[in-house]
Amino acid sequence: MHKDLEEYSGKLPLKLLQEIEEICPAGKIKKVVKKVYDEYVIAQIDAGEAVGLIGAESIGEPGTQMTLNTFHYAGVAEMNVTMGLPRIIEILDGRKSISTPQMEIFLNSPYNKGEGIRELAMQIKETKLNELVLEYGLNIIDMKIELKLNAPKMKELELTASSVVKAIEKALANEAQIKNEGDMLTFKLKEKDDSKGLNALYRLKEKSKELYVKGIKGVSQVLPVKRKDEFIIITAGSNLKKLFELDFVDTTRTTTNDVHEISEVLGIEAARQAIIDEVFKVIETQGLNVDIRHIMLVADTMTVSGEIKGITRYGVVSEKASVLARASFETPIKHVINAALKGEVDYLNSVVENVMLNQTVPVGTGLPGLVSKKSNEKSVEKVNE
Amino acid sequence: MPRKKKEEQAPVEAKAEVKVEAPVAVAVAPVVDAKEEKLQADKTQFSRERIEAVTHYVYKQVASIVFGVLSPKMIKKMASAKIVTPELYDKEGYPVDGGLMDVRLGVIDPGLRCKTCGSKLKECIGHFGYIELARPVMHVKFARIIQLLLKSVCRECSRLMISPEKLSKAKAHLDRIEKEEGPEARRMAVKAVIDSARSGGKCPHCKAKQAKIVIEKPTTFIEGDKRVSPIEIRARLEKMPDEDVELFGLNPKTARPEWMILTILPIPPVTVRPSITLESGERSEDDLTHKLGDIVRINQRLFENINAGAPEIIIEDLWDLLQYHVTTFFDNSIAQLPPARHRSGQPLKTITERIKSKEGRIRHNLAGKRTNFCARTVISPDPMLALDEVGVPKSIAMKLSVPETVNDWNAEYLKRFVKNGPGTYPGSNYVIRPDGKKKRITEETKEATLEELQPGYVVERHLLDGDIAIFNRQPSLHRMSMMCHKVKVLPGRTLRMNPAVCNPYNADFDGDEMNLHIPQTEEARAEAEILMEVQTQLISPRYGLSVIGCIQDSISGNYLLTKHAQFTREQAVRLLSEAGLYEFSRLPNKKTISGKDVFSALLPDDFNFVGASRTGEPVVIKKGVLIDGVIDTKSIGGEGEGVLLRSLHQHYGAERTIKTLHNIFRLGNQYLSHRGFSTGIGDEDLPKEARDQIDQLLQQAQEDVAQMIAQFERKELDAYPGRTMRETLELKILERLNKARNACGQVIKGHVRDSNQAAVMILSGARGSITSLIQMSACVGQQAMRGKRIEKGYRDRTLSCFKKDDLSPEARGFIIHGFKHGINPKEFFFHAITGRDALMDTALRTPKSGYLYRRLANAMQDLRVEYDGTVRDASGRIIQFSYGEDGIDVSRSESGKIDVKRIVDSTD
Repeated sequence: MHKDLEEYSGKLPLKLLQEIEEICPAGKIKKVVKKVYDEYVIAQIDAGEAVGLIGAESIGEPGTQMTLNTFHYAGVAEMNVTMGLPRIIEILDGRKSISTPQMEIFLNSPYNKGEGIRELAMQIKETKLNELVLEYGLNIIDMKIELKLNAPKMKELELTASSVVKAIEKALANEAQIKNEGDMLTFKLKEKDDSKGLNALYRLKEKSKELYVKGIKGVSQVLPVKRKDEFIIITAGSNLKKLFELDFVDTTRTTTNDVHEISEVLGIEAARQAIIDEVFKVIETQGLNVDIRHIMLVADTMTVSGEIKGITRYGVVSEKASVLARASFETPIKHVINAALKGEVDYLNSVVENVMLNQTVPVGTGLPGLVSKKSNEKSVEKVNE
Repeated sequence: MPRKKKEEQAPVEAKAEVKVEAPVAVAVAPVVDAKEEKLQADKTQFSRERIEAVTHYVYKQVASIVFGVLSPKMIKKMASAKIVTPELYDKEGYPVDGGLMDVRLGVIDPGLRCKTCGSKLKECIGHFGYIELARPVMHVKFARIIQLLLKSVCRECSRLMISPEKLSKAKAHLDRIEKEEGPEARRMAVKAVIDSARSGGKCPHCKAKQAKIVIEKPTTFIEGDKRVSPIEIRARLEKMPDEDVELFGLNPKTARPEWMILTILPIPPVTVRPSITLESGERSEDDLTHKLGDIVRINQRLFENINAGAPEIIIEDLWDLLQYHVTTFFDNSIAQLPPARHRSGQPLKTITERIKSKEGRIRHNLAGKRTNFCARTVISPDPMLALDEVGVPKSIAMKLSVPETVNDWNAEYLKRFVKNGPGTYPGSNYVIRPDGKKKRITEETKEATLEELQPGYVVERHLLDGDIAIFNRQPSLHRMSMMCHKVKVLPGRTLRMNPAVCNPYNADFDGDEMNLHIPQTEEARAEAEILMEVQTQLISPRYGLSVIGCIQDSISGNYLLTKHAQFTREQAVRLLSEAGLYEFSRLPNKKTISGKDVFSALLPDDFNFVGASRTGEPVVIKKGVLIDGVIDTKSIGGEGEGVLLRSLHQHYGAERTIKTLHNIFRLGNQYLSHRGFSTGIGDEDLPKEARDQIDQLLQQAQEDVAQMIAQFERKELDAYPGRTMRETLELKILERLNKARNACGQVIKGHVRDSNQAAVMILSGARGSITSLIQMSACVGQQAMRGKRIEKGYRDRTLSCFKKDDLSPEARGFIIHGFKHGINPKEFFFHAITGRDALMDTALRTPKSGYLYRRLANAMQDLRVEYDGTVRDASGRIIQFSYGEDGIDVSRSESGKIDVKRIVDSTD
């Protein structure tokens, strides 16, 4: 780093210093950095500023201008992405299961050139038994199900009848015996289930349709696309943990839009960044302008506790220390009763309680207090003189 | 809330200790030699003491609120009357002693005095009473926790059914759960712990056999096949040791379990349930009083029956009835119980209903409050007002007032207002004496008041020009929805504002109403002026760009002015003076003066700026002179545009910017009114050759689409990767038709004349877009829902007048005509479909985004920046170490950044 910049390291954010070094001719640096520093100090936020409320306003206000348009094409049929207001609500709610999970899979060097990308994609896609079966036959006399397998499809997926049997064996171990003849599979109900008859057989058939055979669980669609100068795979359905076990996946860049999954696999810091990115993406695509700081603050309030808490009565709001603050949000009776049972004390540290009691709010100009020495007789006289 | 103790533990903190000396001291004081000194001392002392007399406040501050369950002992202690009779008033209409409206519970009638505290109506806050219940009764809200207690506790010895060895371990486990998931989760976990510890249905302490207890909602418990009476429950709970109670997350000091079974019911003060006197002189009692009446009545009956030794069945029935009434007194919307109703059939609003929901006490009265000194009417524009002014009708200015304390220096000035009285502007409405008595000024009393007026009195005078006011428009979604303006009293009946501040309020003048508030104390005025004034709100904290800028005509005006206007010197001077500038030395010394020069005269003379107009051409200002380029939205617009304004703000500060902006605004408007500006249907006329070109373009597009469809039907269409042929077709058609419409746009652009005023508005960015011009004069275009052509309606077709599977543009919502030509019925219908869809979207979105906003605001409202630069919540937990990672206030930055490039460029 430049000599003149060094003395400002720690005083100015690294990003600014780097920017100066990049665009400023060396001769000017000393003057420029001084000016930047002056402006930086002026632009600093004041103590007591109610940044939370400003953040909430900044995200809430453009919310009225957002479209409700839920769907937005990404390529393949059945592959939609929730966008707009519903997506923002979904993220901020901290929902465990989101409506359209999606992964963007980056590939390691030799694979991202596009050769054989379809095969890689097919490895990732979850294959269920149903997709391999051409025909189901219920044999009522022998209480059997006969399945005719789709041979070309199996070949495409590099599957054989025996490997299919292997994959589904465990799941059906309690209910049926599996036999394999060429591309015919037969499931025979186990003896003890025989009494239940046709219903059991039918149930078995329905169950077998959903059996997992190959690929990554939860990934229902795959789509290779070219982005900039490399090929990536976009999926519908998300399962980062299993995906990271594959060696052709670039684990440093691959992401999902499921924030909870990121939190589990990559940790809470990554989840925070994911929340910021996801919310920002939605706001950007809506053509709105919201400063990243506001989104950061929301993401931070959601993740400070070490796990993702939604902006709901069960999440962030339930964490508040003040009984009245919680009661003023939703379900007031519940909060008051629980507080009474616990013998809670509300120390009136936050905003709403003080509004309720008509007292100064500990934010903004209500934050500083005045301290003065108790005047004794003498000093009063002095003033009067 | 009678059942919960909301005790204000108020270590009374006398914040301002003001010594009050009697005015007598004045007479004693002047024993000073020098005459002048004496006079001065006299004067200051005199006025100080008088003022002090008025400002003698002792501030009490509530430090904390403790929540708990009231014990029977406590109820008795805080009660001032025992209620024994359901009667309310005697024959004379005087409250009955021992009745529900007992005067010891407070007063609600004017003239009466409270028997407990001796104060009058409005001074007495009311006092609790109590009733002794003939038989104990459950409190519904605690039924669940009682159930849990009963299940976990031995029926004989009331000990926890868990062996002592396991107890400490369980405790640690439960404490952890509570910390992580809250009290409710703890209770769930207690159940699991006890269940797992139970050994064969026997108590580990006394080996008594246990029976299964089930709750029959809402308040009945059944053990085995026998009902457990509240008496028995209470007896069991009483025996529980404090340590056991703690395991359930209860604090035995504030909530002993037996207190949850009521033996004594507190009666809320009458001030909580005031009766209304109807016009006919009849009294209508509050819902709570009705309910309490029921309780007292049944309670008396129960007492009598018990004393008379009535059969058990009758007593049980009455007891159940009492239970029902007490239950509905607390909560009248319990699923298993029929709600108690008025005679008219409308359900009673009892305690829970009073507190709950948006209209309940908490959200309606406590977290939201109403104010005095405010006004609301329709707004209308007035570009001659400064941006930080608000025009207030005289009639409002005479209703709203500002309190001013009389002292020796302003006595004469304030007397003028009193002399004018309330009916003449500028007058005054009230005078407040130092003892706090408020006196209304009327025509009759004003002479006497004038006589009486002396230092220390407060005069509430009418609004004057320059007074501080806060102006607001709902929905108040961001802080710019409430800004401080200076009052300007005007004739008329509407509130007036400069149209440039419409943006932050999101206001227009189609009948919008706005609110005006007048701060009443110096502190409030100072805060409003320093923190909320329009100047300080120029830059939005949302994105760090200017929200306020020129709009509409002022943009078209400045655009035309700076484009090619020429003036004589006289015209230029006139224009400038109309724009509010009276300093003409900056006009060039020439015969003809260009519009650019006139515009330049408004700018600071050392202002340098390089920007771009909407067309991308550079706008260059050197030393305060517009050398090149035209001024349009990109330079002077609002809502994140106006780069020129931002630059002005950066260099000259808010005050100067707002003045310059006002001048620019007026200049644009004035130029336009001299020049004349109006748009009509003629602006959408197209010359014949343009019309032909467009027709040909559309024709071509239709043919192309027909070809594509034919291709598709022959299955010869090349599908896009990852898509079916059908989807590919749709995409291709959409693309083709859009291209055709945009091509129409090019044709129109080529044919608009300079005199086309609609085009002027579009080109300057004042209003409208090229798309709207295309839609009017050439072709409305494809109607799309969810990014697709319209496909719903009948099976395989959109309307019954088309053939099945007709994929042609006109059958799928392509409107080939323009609005001016008129659209045919089919097209009209398609247009209506998308129109309706858009309306639905807005209607559904508003409540959703409103709720999101409320949740966000509630969750984050107490985050603030501390003195050490960290962002913390109310309990001091650090949310961010530095706000936004660099501590920059967005509203002081340029688009959230420090513009290093600008600094580098400006440094030499």
